[in-house]
Amino acid sequence: MSLDFSIVPSFLDMLFEGAMWTFFLTVLSIIFSLIFGTFFAIMQLSRYRLFKFFTRFFVWIFMGTPLLLQVYLIYFGLVQIGLNLNAFTAGVIALSLHFSVYNSDIIRSGIFAVDKGHFEASRSLGLSHSQTMRKVVVPQALHMVMPALGNMMIALLKESSLISIIGVMELTLSAQRAISETFHPFEFYVTAAAIYYIFNLMLEWAIKNVEARSAKYR
Amino acid sequence: MKKPIITIKNLHKHFGELEVLKGINMEVRPAEIVVVIGSSGSGKSTLLRTINQLEEINEGEIWFDGEMVNKKQSYSKREKYLNKLRQHIGMVFQHFNLFPHLTALENITMAPKLLKKLSEKEALRIAERNLEKVGMLDWKDYYPSRLSGGQKQRIAIARALSMEPKVMLFDEATSALDPELVDEVNRVMKKLATENMTMIIVTHEMNFAKDVADRIVFMDEGVVVEEGTPEEIFSNPKNERTRTFLFNYLNRGAL
Repeated sequence: MSLDFSIVPSFLDMLFEGAMWTFFLTVLSIIFSLIFGTFFAIMQLSRYRLFKFFTRFFVWIFMGTPLLLQVYLIYFGLVQIGLNLNAFTAGVIALSLHFSVYNSDIIRSGIFAVDKGHFEASRSLGLSHSQTMRKVVVPQALHMVMPALGNMMIALLKESSLISIIGVMELTLSAQRAISETFHPFEFYVTAAAIYYIFNLMLEWAIKNVEARSAKYR
Repeated sequence: MKKPIITIKNLHKHFGELEVLKGINMEVRPAEIVVVIGSSGSGKSTLLRTINQLEEINEGEIWFDGEMVNKKQSYSKREKYLNKLRQHIGMVFQHFNLFPHLTALENITMAPKLLKKLSEKEALRIAERNLEKVGMLDWKDYYPSRLSGGQKQRIAIARALSMEPKVMLFDEATSALDPELVDEVNRVMKKLATENMTMIIVTHEMNFAKDVADRIVFMDEGVVVEEGTPEEIFSNPKNERTRTFLFNYLNRGAL
């Protein structure tokens, strides 16, 4: 059997729909992973031991176990305790939590890198600890760790292909469907890879833009 | 004579084993300008930082405007109290500590908008008035990274002023500046002095101290060695340690 890319166009509809689901899956997960990541970072720096311990434990669990297992657990496992999530929601939750713990460590290191003098200046004006965190420390920390967070976003986009195993019709699963109808794996995997690559170029462009915005005050 | 706005009684502060302040007594009256001088490590910066409680103290009392600032209370109550207290005490730091992600103007308007719930317009009005005062109105949309040290410090002063504090603390405000930039900051401080702002200034600029101070406090090794009018301290110091300090200062660079 020889290579024949001419069969790809007739499945473009299907691949396009899969690409859209990959897009939504990734964008939602990136947003939540950043929100949770920031939250976990701040919690780990809390003066309350209980918060600290609990978040640290949570981070440790999600960092120390495979994403695949987490996906299975959230989609199949939670049903047993009465939480019946649809596959897409389960996918977003798994990706968000898995990447939020990495993000939280990155953001935490950014917070440590913010000049202590800025913290003091803010407190000396009368801002509370949490106002200082929100208005002075975290914005600076996020800008500093933007390149590292960008890498995590790119990793998240690629790992989203894993969500195909619970039946979300995203890009990888769409390609597989096309393959099972045509028996042309090479053509469709290459096409899917190309689409992932284009997404990544877009993502990189977006990250560069955000970095450029912070560069103006450097 | 007016009642003191700041009263410090038998203040002790130590960092671990190291005792930095060993029983300081001090009073500052409204509109008074007190300049604290002394060699590095004499505890003058730490003293300043205890007044707005950036440093907690170990013993003694600090009173501000009729209230004891180091009173014991629950953590959350104390945090609320400190946030209120600090709104009345402006502080200017050696390293400026402008927020780099905000423009000069945003640096100034942030706290009044957040804490006094001022409208954008009202905050802008106060900010521009203070920018005018420090001679930086034309630079309001610049990020700190584009400004010189002297300009940064003038913005930092405008930022502190915009909370309309009752007292201003200057912690070696000119020590990190190139010599030719020192004067522009000192001029702003002098201007504030003529407007009856109450100020406590920690500085290494003796000429400036002589010029602006109502009272000079000389500190050495965590104690106030001598205090008096600029004439008393500079022309006729009574204590041996004051004399040595001033002698060394006048003769620096003489080698």
